[in-house]
Amino acid sequence: MNRLARMAVARRNPGRWHWTDIAAYAYLALGVVLMFGPVLWLGLSSFKTQAGLLEFPPSLLPMSQKEVRVEGHAQPLPLFEVAMEDGSKRVLAQVRRVGIQAQMVDPANPGQSIRVPIDKRTPVREFKLATENYTEPLERFAFMRFLWNSVFVTAVATLITLVINSMAAYALSIYEFRGKTAVMLMVIGTLMIPITIILVPVYLVITKLGLVNSLWAVILPGAATPTGVFLLRQYMLTLPRDLIEAARMDKASEWQIYWRIVMPLAMPALAVLAIFSIMWRWNEFLWPLAVLTKTEAYTLQIGLNAFQGELQTQWHYLLAMTVVTLLPVALVFVFLQRFITTGIANTGMK
Amino acid sequence: MASDAPIPAASSDRAGTASLFAAPLALLMRLIDWPMQVLQRLIGERRMAYVFLLPNLVFFSLFVFLPLVINFIFSVTGGAGLFPSERPYVGAQQYAYLFDCGSFLDASSCREDHFWRGVANTARFTVFQVTAMVLFSLLTAVVLNMKIKARGFFRAVYFFPVLLSPVVVALTWKWILQRDGLLNAAITSLGGERILFLVDPSWAMFWIVFVSIWAHMGFYTLILLAGLQAIPADLYEAAEMDATPRWRVFWRITLPLLWPNMIVVIVLALIRGVQTFDEVFVLTGGGPGTATLMVVHYIYETAFANQVQNFGLAAAASVVLGVVLFALTLAQLAASRRKGAA
Amino acid sequence: MHSKHWISALALTAGLVMGGIAQAQTTVRIAWYSDGNEGEVITDLLKRFEAQNKDIKVVLDQVPYKAITENLPVQLASGQGPDIARVVDLGGIARYALDLRPHLKDAAYWEKNFGPFLPWMRPEGDTKAITGFMTQLTVTGPFVNKTLFEQAGIALPSAKATWEDWGKAVKDVAAKVQAPFPLAMDRSGHRFFSVAISEGAKVFDAKGEPAVIDDGFKRGAKLVYDWHNNGVMKKELWGSVSGTAYRGANDEFKNAQVVMYQSGSWQIAQFDKTVGDAFDWIAVPSPCGAGNCSGMPGGAGLVAIKTTKSPEAVAKVMDYLASEPVLSEFYARSLFVPGHLGIAAKGLDYQGASAPAKAALKVFSDQVAQLSPVAYQLQGYTSNRVIFNAVISRLGQAISGEGSLDEAYKRMESDIAQQIAERKK
Repeated sequence: MNRLARMAVARRNPGRWHWTDIAAYAYLALGVVLMFGPVLWLGLSSFKTQAGLLEFPPSLLPMSQKEVRVEGHAQPLPLFEVAMEDGSKRVLAQVRRVGIQAQMVDPANPGQSIRVPIDKRTPVREFKLATENYTEPLERFAFMRFLWNSVFVTAVATLITLVINSMAAYALSIYEFRGKTAVMLMVIGTLMIPITIILVPVYLVITKLGLVNSLWAVILPGAATPTGVFLLRQYMLTLPRDLIEAARMDKASEWQIYWRIVMPLAMPALAVLAIFSIMWRWNEFLWPLAVLTKTEAYTLQIGLNAFQGELQTQWHYLLAMTVVTLLPVALVFVFLQRFITTGIANTGMK
Repeated sequence: MASDAPIPAASSDRAGTASLFAAPLALLMRLIDWPMQVLQRLIGERRMAYVFLLPNLVFFSLFVFLPLVINFIFSVTGGAGLFPSERPYVGAQQYAYLFDCGSFLDASSCREDHFWRGVANTARFTVFQVTAMVLFSLLTAVVLNMKIKARGFFRAVYFFPVLLSPVVVALTWKWILQRDGLLNAAITSLGGERILFLVDPSWAMFWIVFVSIWAHMGFYTLILLAGLQAIPADLYEAAEMDATPRWRVFWRITLPLLWPNMIVVIVLALIRGVQTFDEVFVLTGGGPGTATLMVVHYIYETAFANQVQNFGLAAAASVVLGVVLFALTLAQLAASRRKGAA
Repeated sequence: MHSKHWISALALTAGLVMGGIAQAQTTVRIAWYSDGNEGEVITDLLKRFEAQNKDIKVVLDQVPYKAITENLPVQLASGQGPDIARVVDLGGIARYALDLRPHLKDAAYWEKNFGPFLPWMRPEGDTKAITGFMTQLTVTGPFVNKTLFEQAGIALPSAKATWEDWGKAVKDVAAKVQAPFPLAMDRSGHRFFSVAISEGAKVFDAKGEPAVIDDGFKRGAKLVYDWHNNGVMKKELWGSVSGTAYRGANDEFKNAQVVMYQSGSWQIAQFDKTVGDAFDWIAVPSPCGAGNCSGMPGGAGLVAIKTTKSPEAVAKVMDYLASEPVLSEFYARSLFVPGHLGIAAKGLDYQGASAPAKAALKVFSDQVAQLSPVAYQLQGYTSNRVIFNAVISRLGQAISGEGSLDEAYKRMESDIAQQIAERKK
């Protein structure tokens, strides 16, 4: 019955297209262009050569100039489309450029050389992937080491965060106890501290604990996220109380209520927090950069940002490595987002 | 009941994947349960709240409160030393520097003019950004919660920008917005005049609002999406029976029941709006002039980017910022509680 | 079973990470950032060193530049630094630097070949210490898109032409060929001071204390300010960001949108790669002003750090890297202007480089001799970045229309005074 009702309110009833359905699909289509377009373009751009990346106006696909082998020349020659004086267009190969004149030949007739002013030619381009953006840095760096460090930090930190934040949120949403307001205030008060601001004090604490260059220095400081406590607590407030009371009647211990009843019900919010934590830990940069100085302890983000120099950034490598680091979290998201929709409605609870 | 077919499939799938993680965890939890029961018998049911709070509080005090205290010590000391013991006590001087203004209406009359320009810009940015962020993430969550086709795909579409690092976000948009970027290429090909988006102060402000919404909306949408799941379906069922119009269903059922999660979104959006720094720093660098210079950017420049790393002044600015934010958040929560009760 | 594996894996990693690596070898750690391929080159060179010195292990920790400017000072202050670091803020790091003299094989070799650059890396007041050498000497100077000049049919100004001459010429060229940027200049203190010093800025008073705002400085600032108002320069670089943010015009130059680009020698390797044969790019001698025709020197130094536990091994590594054949190879392969007088005098053969890159490197190497003493003094001043930052931040504001030049001068003076006072507390 439940399900039927949802179906009725919701879509997929071909006979009854409400105007909101059409508006929704229009909005989604716009979203694909606006939200996903730039991401897709980024992915494509990671296959462009260093020169191709800097081109104005930027091209959509990774393109390179086409080259041909011409008899009598050891190197392949670049191809141009040339607007000839008589108004015709020809495809010619360039032998060399001297100032504003180009010396060109017809690949079919390499004997005869043609002089062309350089503003009369446009390069002939073809689709080509610069896979060396991926292979070169992967070979050069201790990629597996960085990957392992990142996975370790992300997994352990997320696990700790989920457990201790949900415990705190449980206490703050289910119980009435002395000092509750004070704790809530502390949670809210610390919500607003960006790492940029307390970076140096936290660094001093980590130094005193002797944790510099240990992955624990990255994991521990962020584990008690006020954001997580706040998010979970607000969600747990919406859970039905009578369930908990019923469990207490059945002599379930508080820990069992937390673990067996509240946690499964809070699955959607836990999934959100897990996604948030994984994504944040995986991409975290400023803080690891401050406490990890040894290559053995680097995370992926530090490794890939090493392409940023003082005056120049090797964007072609940086982009390619960004795509590589993006793939695992994208997959994790696709996997975890399912838990968000299988909330109360589908757990057989009411 | 053919329409019921997808449900068992979906839930068994979920159970399968969940058990992969749940098995070792369940064992661990069972191990913890025993000492917990003993503890509960000793201190009573109500006081278990403290036990649940304890681990979080230990981390809090070590990595948040202690640093905040150090931060406060920084703000009442001077010099370029790193350890509090190396820094001479200067009292409220750093705060006095911050508030040393000829007129509070004119940032350029202040000793720390960039701080005040940052305050003004951040306020303007936050108002626009939070409003738009809340509206669009709510709209997106509602749309994504409808029974649309390829829902997983669309969710991913809205979420992917969240995965990108600020550097990459800013870089992408710089390519789109610069003089010969993608957007200007489109404008000129349609016969328009090219616009220097990042040189014009109003455009620059518009685009940092736009880009920060683009980059973070997915996260807030996700929170609301989770919230929408907690709304019991029978309420909709009843509404459908009564043939209630959809906008009314939204207004009377969806919004009130979503309210606790809306608070999360509003509070987090506000706080992160005020903290905005990374993307703006890479995209506009606070320019043109100081048109998009944010408070946190000022703090960062004072503490790190300058050759003399002035932790004292930066700490004072962050304390001021923290106090203002705390007051704002409390006011907001109080207001929303009243609204939620009404 | 599952959980057991997981826990033991966790314990194992924790042990690995926390325990560190105990070895009989001495380990020397170098914190290194890269703009181009220099990280690869030094890795090669260090491999050879390790082969010759089995008792020393050298680890090159490649970091983003951000880690060097922002985190390294904090790490050094808390005693957590590396043994050697490649740094740009030479004056700022100098107080953590190790005097290598007691450990070097031949200190005289260092004096002779790195003489003019050693003071840049010395702590304030020290006149003798040897703490490191320049991995890269940079000289500011302009690149010109010669093809645009040819297309416009306008002759290149002569080697002794002034900034005004160039300003006029590039504006004409840009108008003819429809290039949006007649002149572009990196948003950086070094680039600005190359103009200001040429216009006669003295920067310091007789006692060596900063006295930044003088007539020469004002002439330079006015020139740059006016260029932004009459279209010679566009606001995209100086007018579009705030504070100390750096902005360059590499992309615009590569796309033939810039006629003249005031940048520096470090661009050569990149232009060689990205411009290719699209147009003729050349380096020209630094234009002249009312004072002289000087650029600004700068660059990145490799500096030994005081807190190291094994100064002997550090000195050994430094001696090896600074030795003539090794350093020649390093400069030659990374296309850097040598910061070694002996190598510079002999002239360096950049074997892998193309003809335009070689020509440009020669122009910049020759410029080293033209540098004004003021330029050296400013580069060697411990708090020079305070001056640079104040100038770019405030001049940028004036250019983007926030306040007048005179207000900017006042702000620069107070910014500099305040920060230097804070350091002396």
